[in-house]
Amino acid sequence: MKYVIAIIKPHRLESVKAELEKAEVHLMTVVDVIGCGRQKGITEVYRGIKEVNDLRRKIKIEIAVNNEFLDKTIEAITTGAGEGEIGDGKIFIFNMEECIRIRTKEKGKIAIG
Amino acid sequence: MINASDTVWMLIATALVMIMVPTLAFFYGGLVRKKNILSVLMQCMALLCVISIFWVTFGYSLAFGPDLGGLIGSLDWIGLSGVGLEPSPIYASTIPHQLFMAFQMMFAVITPALIVGTFVERIKFSGFLIFSLFWSAFIYCPLAHWIWAKGGWLAELGALDFAGGAVIHISAGIAALVFVFLIGERRGIEHRRYPHNLPFAVLGTGFLWFGWFGFNAGSAGAANTIAVAAFINTNTAAAAGGIIWMLVDWKKNEVPTLLGLATGIIAGLAAVTPGSGYISPMSALLIGSLSSMICFFFVEKVKAKFGYDDSLDVFGVHGIAGIVGIIGVGFFATKKINPDGANGLLYGELNQLLIQLLVVVVTIVFTAAGTFLLYKLVDKMVGMRVEERDEYVGLDLTQHHETGYTLID
Repeated sequence: MKYVIAIIKPHRLESVKAELEKAEVHLMTVVDVIGCGRQKGITEVYRGIKEVNDLRRKIKIEIAVNNEFLDKTIEAITTGAGEGEIGDGKIFIFNMEECIRIRTKEKGKIAIG
Repeated sequence: MINASDTVWMLIATALVMIMVPTLAFFYGGLVRKKNILSVLMQCMALLCVISIFWVTFGYSLAFGPDLGGLIGSLDWIGLSGVGLEPSPIYASTIPHQLFMAFQMMFAVITPALIVGTFVERIKFSGFLIFSLFWSAFIYCPLAHWIWAKGGWLAELGALDFAGGAVIHISAGIAALVFVFLIGERRGIEHRRYPHNLPFAVLGTGFLWFGWFGFNAGSAGAANTIAVAAFINTNTAAAAGGIIWMLVDWKKNEVPTLLGLATGIIAGLAAVTPGSGYISPMSALLIGSLSSMICFFFVEKVKAKFGYDDSLDVFGVHGIAGIVGIIGVGFFATKKINPDGANGLLYGELNQLLIQLLVVVVTIVFTAAGTFLLYKLVDKMVGMRVEERDEYVGLDLTQHHETGYTLID
């Protein structure tokens, strides 16, 4: 079992979700985040005071997957989120210890999907 | 003789000025950081309550009561004694006296509320409350008396301040400037000092413009041609101020900003206030534009150069615009609009300009000295600034044990 965290550009969320649906990955958690990487910041100005905000808005998607879904998931995210530019984002893969479905108390592979 | 039309209009005008206080609260509130929104709203709403009571007990009498030496009103009218529903023979004599009193009350409320903008995010609530009350009694009331009351020494000299350019805007602006050097800058602003909710600030601006019709046109005291003149001047100056700031912003900061447009509008409104009932619409256009340019300079250049944290530009906008407006009366006033006014330099007479300059100087000196003393006094009594840690956590939680926004339902 793996836990996938993907940081993507906010406007790519819909296409990532569509690609994930095609790969039959339907369960995920999505959250608004701000972060910085190699992408440059945007200068904001308020009454003449300029601030370079290097923390840019991104979307974080978190997905728990069974091992056989891992490659499909990575492929889907990369296809959906990639624009060929700095700032496209990153994917982090973690080994997952356990997964439990709260309603039925099921554990392991069946609890994931 | 009570005139029904005048009374209706003045009732509405009074309500219009009142709404400026909660909406000023949102204008300021939107410009501070999230953790301090409630403190700003609290300060403005508390003032609405406190000064309302102060006014109907002592304030009105001190400001407009029977004159003592040209300097202050007596306490003859304490608790509105002698201030009834029949018209006053001196003030707005076609409406009930208490209505005139109520209209003036809203001005007395909003003036200390304007000063809030300079000490946001670091003021201690207790210090703020006591300071504002003392300031209203010892600075606002005398100034209002000198310029507006029968027998007030500046009024006797012919000073013209139709709706409070000096009494309200210069005084608040100068008080802010003095305050800011005494309280010091906010902590942590080099990291982030964004408006947390610009939509609030713009909503506030819109309502301030709306309420300002009551502020200026209501200062005619009646539903007459001068009220109409003031109404038109108000809108024209606001619009001109907005456009000019937007254009200067566009040139200097590459894009027109919403905050700039809103600020320019306020700069125009504040500047036309003292002359609204004395000048022509084209003069209002000029005053609004001029004020916007000069305020822009003070807000974006002067403040940066001297590095003082007049957080929401009370001096840079209200103070400067008030000064521009009061002096502007000396140029643009015309008896054709208001026979009770004067003719300014544009119409061939120098005298009014000199009187207006005197008003500016007197207001600045008196307000600066008085604010300085009151600050020191109240600072000794309860302290003016919160502890460092409280400032970092935020005033909402530390001063009021409340949060404006929840992260989780």
